[in-house]
Amino acid sequence: MYDVARIRQDFPILSQPHPSGKPLVFLDSAASSQKPSVVIDAMTNYYRTQHANVHRGIYALSEAATHAYEAARDKVKSFINAEQREEIIFTSNTTGSINLIVQTWGRQNLENGNVVVLTAMEHHANIVPWQILAAEKGFQIKYIPVTSDYLLDLEVFERILSEGNVKAVSVGHVSNVLGTINPVEHIIERAHAFGAIAIVDGAQSVPHLPVDVQALDVDFYAFSGHKMCGPTGIGILYGKRHLLEAMPPWQGGGDMIARVTLEGATWNDLPYKFEAGTPAIAEAIGLGAAVDYLQGIGMEAIHQHEAELGVYARERLAEVEGVQCYNPAPPYASGVATFTLEGVHPHDLAQILDYEGVAVRAGHHCAMPLHREVLCIHASVRASFYLYSTREEVDTLIACLQVARQRFL
Amino acid sequence: MDIYQENILDHHRNPRNWKLLDPYDFHASDENPLCGDTLEITLRVDENDRVVAVGWDGHGCAISQAAASMLGEEIIGKTLDEIKQLDKDVVLDLIGIPLSVSRVKCALLSLKVLKSAVYNLESQQ
Ligand SMILES: Cc1ncc(COP(=O)(O)O)c(C=O)c1O
Repeated sequence: MYDVARIRQDFPILSQPHPSGKPLVFLDSAASSQKPSVVIDAMTNYYRTQHANVHRGIYALSEAATHAYEAARDKVKSFINAEQREEIIFTSNTTGSINLIVQTWGRQNLENGNVVVLTAMEHHANIVPWQILAAEKGFQIKYIPVTSDYLLDLEVFERILSEGNVKAVSVGHVSNVLGTINPVEHIIERAHAFGAIAIVDGAQSVPHLPVDVQALDVDFYAFSGHKMCGPTGIGILYGKRHLLEAMPPWQGGGDMIARVTLEGATWNDLPYKFEAGTPAIAEAIGLGAAVDYLQGIGMEAIHQHEAELGVYARERLAEVEGVQCYNPAPPYASGVATFTLEGVHPHDLAQILDYEGVAVRAGHHCAMPLHREVLCIHASVRASFYLYSTREEVDTLIACLQVARQRFL
Repeated sequence: MDIYQENILDHHRNPRNWKLLDPYDFHASDENPLCGDTLEITLRVDENDRVVAVGWDGHGCAISQAAASMLGEEIIGKTLDEIKQLDKDVVLDLIGIPLSVSRVKCALLSLKVLKSAVYNLESQQ
């Protein structure tokens, strides 16, 4: 039995009163999730009892810190079912992971005449790094369009592939705006059939669904710790070992070298080749605790809970006059409800909801092309659910929307 | 404090001078890329460079649109030189209640567009 009341007790912030004096209704977990006590405690405990730099000291404290840092890598490896621990690279966030791929694999492999395929529903983190390199290298970016059902247009994808020269396909597993769960298994399979590598932005999937990188056969998979109950400041890049081995390093410095002379350097082994400088040690340890926590509840159960809330929220939203939702139907839908309310600008709506203790996100959610060119709106309101969200919170949201509508009419 | 006081909601529901002038003497438009709020202004002045008519258009949140409506009323009868002297407090005073940092930007879009127009940063007809 999924016991959301029990789960909520694990998150200290959820019992804090909102400045309005009303209970906090936190519906912005897609931007960043709240943290359970086990994560906060793991980080505090590390700073209180274990802190030293990793991989360097010949003393007990440093060895303990190294052990804890590397244990986090092992936890992430099994969480996404990577084959080897060397395939798990710690970065700063999803953005850092994608920039790493673009600046190493991309810089080494892309040139004028090549094509990189993205989608029109990508987060800026999976658009802008490619645009920056494309301006320099002269390769072309093509976008898979979004249908009126808020799904990817796979026929156009097939056409793009058959036009040739596609070297990489990079898609979001779950859209942070629409909540669409994209058929990445199929996309990866088709990319490979045309000799392209497949990259998946997993920022909105790893926190919410079971993910198995080997079953997906994905080449690179990027995600963030802070959206999955872990701390800010740590992200993950999974890459297939043979690809990571062939890539040049990105940032140079300590830890990433094997040997340095005044003339040059040789690179450390994986994963350290891509982890220059002192890493986010406490954050990795916190992430490890978050992985344990999520696994203890079960990703399938979490997904089920959120998907049900998503369905309920969209049903209730449909009762509010003037609401338009921008989400696909199940089974492609997830725990996200994105909408506009006629006559009330999203920013005004978010502000009025905040007066009632309800935290939602308003704006373009770092997906300007999706808003302007696909949805043809400037901004939307997004309510996103997580393992601790409840039906009562959805009810509060709906009641507040009715109030906002009355005030602005 | 609730920023949706009756005066703001009133200007939002019934914005004043909400029609671009044709012909006009000064014109400018701008956008707040963060939230997508847009505003466009046209001004007509008399032979003493005094504003005789204002016309706005745009879309966005209640704060950005109400601020434009209020500011437009405020500047009728002022000279271009007087408008050049206006600072952000004029808009914030018109709004009349404290705004959070993120909402101050919404309110000040109108002043930015107005200044662009009188400094003739865009086309003059
Ligand atoms: C789909 C998607 N990709 C990438 C990102 C960027 O994540 P981060 O800001 O942690 O780098 C986000 C977060 O907003 C996201 O939702």
